[in-house]
Amino acid sequence: MTEAVLLKNVGIADSQRLSVYETTGGYSALAKVLKEYTPEETIEIVKDSGLRGRGGAGFPTGLKWSFVPKGAEKPKYLCCNADEGEPGTFKDRIIMEEDPHLLIEGMAICAYAIGAETAYVYVRGEYVKAIRILEAAISEAREQGYLGRRIMGSDFSFDVHIHEGAGAYICGEETAMLESLQGRRAQPKLKPPFPAVAGLYESPTVINNVETLACVPAIIERGAYWFRGIGPEKSPGPKLYCLSGHLRKPGLYELPMGIPLRELVDDYGGGPPEGHRIKAVIPGGVSAPLIPESGLDVGMDFDSLAAAGSMLGSAGVIVIDDRTCIVKVATRIIEFFHHESCGKCTPCREGLDWVVKILRRIEAGEGAPNDLDQLEGLCSGIFGNTFCALGDGAAMGLRASLEHFRDEFVTHIDEGRCPFH
Amino acid sequence: MNAPMDMRMRIEAAAARYPDQRSAIMPALYIAQKERGVLTGEVLEEVADILGVERIWVYELATFYTLYHTEQVGRFHLQLCNNLSCMLRGAEELQAHMEQVLGIEKGGTTGDGLFTLSTVECLGACEMAPVMQVGDDYHGNLDAARIDELLTALRNTGRVGDD
Repeated sequence: MTEAVLLKNVGIADSQRLSVYETTGGYSALAKVLKEYTPEETIEIVKDSGLRGRGGAGFPTGLKWSFVPKGAEKPKYLCCNADEGEPGTFKDRIIMEEDPHLLIEGMAICAYAIGAETAYVYVRGEYVKAIRILEAAISEAREQGYLGRRIMGSDFSFDVHIHEGAGAYICGEETAMLESLQGRRAQPKLKPPFPAVAGLYESPTVINNVETLACVPAIIERGAYWFRGIGPEKSPGPKLYCLSGHLRKPGLYELPMGIPLRELVDDYGGGPPEGHRIKAVIPGGVSAPLIPESGLDVGMDFDSLAAAGSMLGSAGVIVIDDRTCIVKVATRIIEFFHHESCGKCTPCREGLDWVVKILRRIEAGEGAPNDLDQLEGLCSGIFGNTFCALGDGAAMGLRASLEHFRDEFVTHIDEGRCPFH
Repeated sequence: MNAPMDMRMRIEAAAARYPDQRSAIMPALYIAQKERGVLTGEVLEEVADILGVERIWVYELATFYTLYHTEQVGRFHLQLCNNLSCMLRGAEELQAHMEQVLGIEKGGTTGDGLFTLSTVECLGACEMAPVMQVGDDYHGNLDAARIDELLTALRNTGRVGDD
């Protein structure tokens, strides 16, 4: 068993309380940066740690922070992405519900490094419990002087506000999130300009995922080299894996980056239910292409999964066993993307509408012989041609299903029925 | 139009968190929805007037985001997750079960106005799939028997003992 870093307080009684957080070393990393490091040095430490964004894109966190221009013509902002909507993902919810001060401390350190005095945490509206707990933690942190004016006697002032989302998956996309925070429909925008230069209210803005920020206090306390020593060289650190689907022990597991997917689902997830075999696994939320059982020896890190034709994404690991119809799985996933398409760009809005229609008729046993060519053509029309990654994720996932389980699609069409019903 | 003072005050307090009034439309819509139950055209105009923003800005958000209700929902809004992890663990069967027990289809409201049944996309609680949100609370590891208990508890006491 590896040492818990991100989940170290989970399971301790009243882990949400500031007094409990302090007893396990809480806010000492913030005290340390304020006393010992300049903002530039703080950014260098995070760069040296090799921390990469846990929201899914895997962008180097310290580098992102360094893009914020120095100087004070405009206020700078930190936005924490807690919109966690990628199906199969629940890690940020558990951090916020169980250890909200870890997130607040991580945000405070980031804000100090980039020169921000205000952060907004964009929490999805369904997470009512997490919002209440985080609100209470912010109040406690203000009362104890970890947030507010001149924190711990330094020149650094900082406060955090919660912005409640209202049910739109697309808000997890950073430009859409900023639109939403500014009171507009959440529709992605073209980059550049990048948020680090012109983000929230046209000001320099850093957007980091909850888990990314939760890694920061331990990096400060224990050093960049300690962090880099965990997991693969180019994708280091502790990682939260969300296990769900056909497993005996679904749940949230903290393990090093790079752990083999097979070990994760068999040893930690307990394997599939008695009498069943794993058919495929989606390793990083439904935007990540599925991997057939034969490919499970891949390491769970950004680079290994990309090389295997999938992605780490949000590390939402969904296990599918041999009772399951892949056409049905693909249909449900595309229905989701179709529902969540913001409607801004045509390939995503219209393309997914066609894809849903074709998949539904194949699953219903009414598929036509050229439907698979049609689907592939539609995937090509969507992939790479949309404003944001929503369309890409939909197309990549469907392509993987068609590639690895083509026989199942063909059987549906040839036999005029779903063989699993 | 005069909004009751506490709604106005709560919206103004929310607006103080942002440098721009437009950012406060989303929290204001939640406050108004809690206060008024449903975001009718009149309520949306009230929100716009309190914040001093364009009415179209308020309308476009109320109709874009799914958690804002522009039509009445039942006293208990049963929101069953039907995304992949829940589907794999029996969400469809639970949907069929509730439709039968409540005598409504997905999207419908029972005649007594007590229950509205919706299916929703991933609730972010897949470790306890299948999951349903009722009001503010999540209920996980559901099966038909637990659903029956839950519906009975809601009907009889207006709440559920555990979550």
